[in-house]
Amino acid sequence: MDQIAMSALIVHKAGPGVTVQDLGRPGFLAFGLSRGGAADRLAMAEGPALLGQAPDLAAIEMAGMGATFEATGDIRIALTGAKMRATLDGEALAWNASHLVAAGAQLAIGVATSGVYGYLHVGGGVATERELASRAAHANAGLGVQVVAGAEIPLGDDRAGEVGLVLSPEDRFHGGTIRVVPSLQTDVFARDLDRFQAMTFRRDARGNRMGVRCVPVGEGFFSEAGLSILSEVITPGDIQVTGDGTPFVLLADCQTTGGYPRIGSVLPCDLPRVAQAAPGAELRFKLITLDEAVAAERKAAEARAGLRRGCQPLVRDVAAIHDLLGYQLISGVTAGWDEED
Amino acid sequence: MQDGRHTYPRIRNVGVDGLLVSFADALSEPANRAALAFRQALEREGWDGVEETSTSLVSTYVRFDPLAVDFADLRARVEAVLGDRDWTDAELPEGRKLWRIPTVYEGDYAPQLEEAAAMAGLSPEAALAEISTTRVRVQTIGFAPGQPYLGPLPEAWDIPRQTELTKQVPVGAVTVAIRQIVLFSVSAPTGWRQVGQTAFQLFRKDDDAPFVPRPGDEVLFDPVGADAFDNLRASGPDGGATWTRLP
Repeated sequence: MDQIAMSALIVHKAGPGVTVQDLGRPGFLAFGLSRGGAADRLAMAEGPALLGQAPDLAAIEMAGMGATFEATGDIRIALTGAKMRATLDGEALAWNASHLVAAGAQLAIGVATSGVYGYLHVGGGVATERELASRAAHANAGLGVQVVAGAEIPLGDDRAGEVGLVLSPEDRFHGGTIRVVPSLQTDVFARDLDRFQAMTFRRDARGNRMGVRCVPVGEGFFSEAGLSILSEVITPGDIQVTGDGTPFVLLADCQTTGGYPRIGSVLPCDLPRVAQAAPGAELRFKLITLDEAVAAERKAAEARAGLRRGCQPLVRDVAAIHDLLGYQLISGVTAGWDEED
Repeated sequence: MQDGRHTYPRIRNVGVDGLLVSFADALSEPANRAALAFRQALEREGWDGVEETSTSLVSTYVRFDPLAVDFADLRARVEAVLGDRDWTDAELPEGRKLWRIPTVYEGDYAPQLEEAAAMAGLSPEAALAEISTTRVRVQTIGFAPGQPYLGPLPEAWDIPRQTELTKQVPVGAVTVAIRQIVLFSVSAPTGWRQVGQTAFQLFRKDDDAPFVPRPGDEVLFDPVGADAFDNLRASGPDGGATWTRLP
């Protein structure tokens, strides 16, 4: 039997925030380089679950707007994260699902209809060159690959496998309540912590892979004591409060040190919810204890480990569908999925 | 050491997966040395579940897997190592280098030298002399890849950061504030004032050793004329810099 040749993705069109991402490059904090990696790390577990492959393979991250691709060979793909309009040669594709893309077919991924960061995973993973042991694009450090029109993205060898699976993802695309643990400077905001937790914030239009600004619907959280704090280590999830009292939640590409005080730190398992909050989305913060946070992280890790078991066939057995006329059985797309928007 | 509210060393959590040992609440030479030496000690311990360690100016950070290691247990182990000695007495790391980096202090290469000098209460000539003859030490690497915070400068240089950000300083910019120099590894917006320009590349992603200076290394920013700059830049990633081993 012929071995499947290594394929590539030809990029015909691309939005401004399309990059190659993986789980980032841990271990360089001491040298001033933050871990980086996918803004929504849960999506990076969902794709491999759908494709039945390792979770450390690179994928294509699309911020708000997708891209148009053509595969040079038959490939498997999975679409996760923020739901985007996707078509294959003009026919709608289900999101949170895996599909076969034939050589030469046009895969068009458009705007996000909920959330911010959508992901295109491929069987075998994206195989751009590793820099410092990772393929993750880190704009400030000049590392990794920004996906632009005209590019040809090499793909890894796919040991082949099934497609046509679908996953019901954890809903993390509409803001909501974000769990936070006290961190380095929470005490300088002691007087304001109740008000902080009662406040509604709106995700500002200002936001990127470094962090998102959360505008309070009311007075900010300025702390005089916070101005004289020595620069200290920064980690993703930290909620820095800038000089005007507005919190910034820091994301994957944040700097490694900073002098603004931190009112708290978002749980890693809740960080995708912040990253995926579209401009205008409402966010609230709830302080929990370190023990509660560890329990939540454990639960989230178990859920990630169970994702593969949660994958269902995309095209359901016709006999099992009660209201057959309500479904459109074309290319594995059902009306049920479209209605979720 | 005490600041009236806290006793040092002080241990705190950083989010759900970090532990921070702070040796002071303000920058000092002994606290900086303690942070560097304590990180080395933790690296030697090589505990399971510890993902990485780093230092900032006066503290040592430990990132761990919270599902594998309990914060209280880690804290107890860290306290045991802390109790081994007075870390503020520690020597600087071994294998340190003294870098001499050619630096242009004129014209567009030093757009805020006069402003910074005035804030320090010095003439531009005196300012240049102080900055270029003070051997500054890498106190921490941070903010951007391989980017050193160097100090201390003489007391006159205890000048604040700008309130407004400079839109962009170039790679290799020499900037000052709060008795420190930051040498920029990337082009970035900053509140620090640019007083000089080097052709030194701090972050070389394709090299085996991509981050060039190490905490504890020392630097002299030797003055050169603006006409030398293009040649320095063309000479390679060191930009004409040389180094010698420190004892």
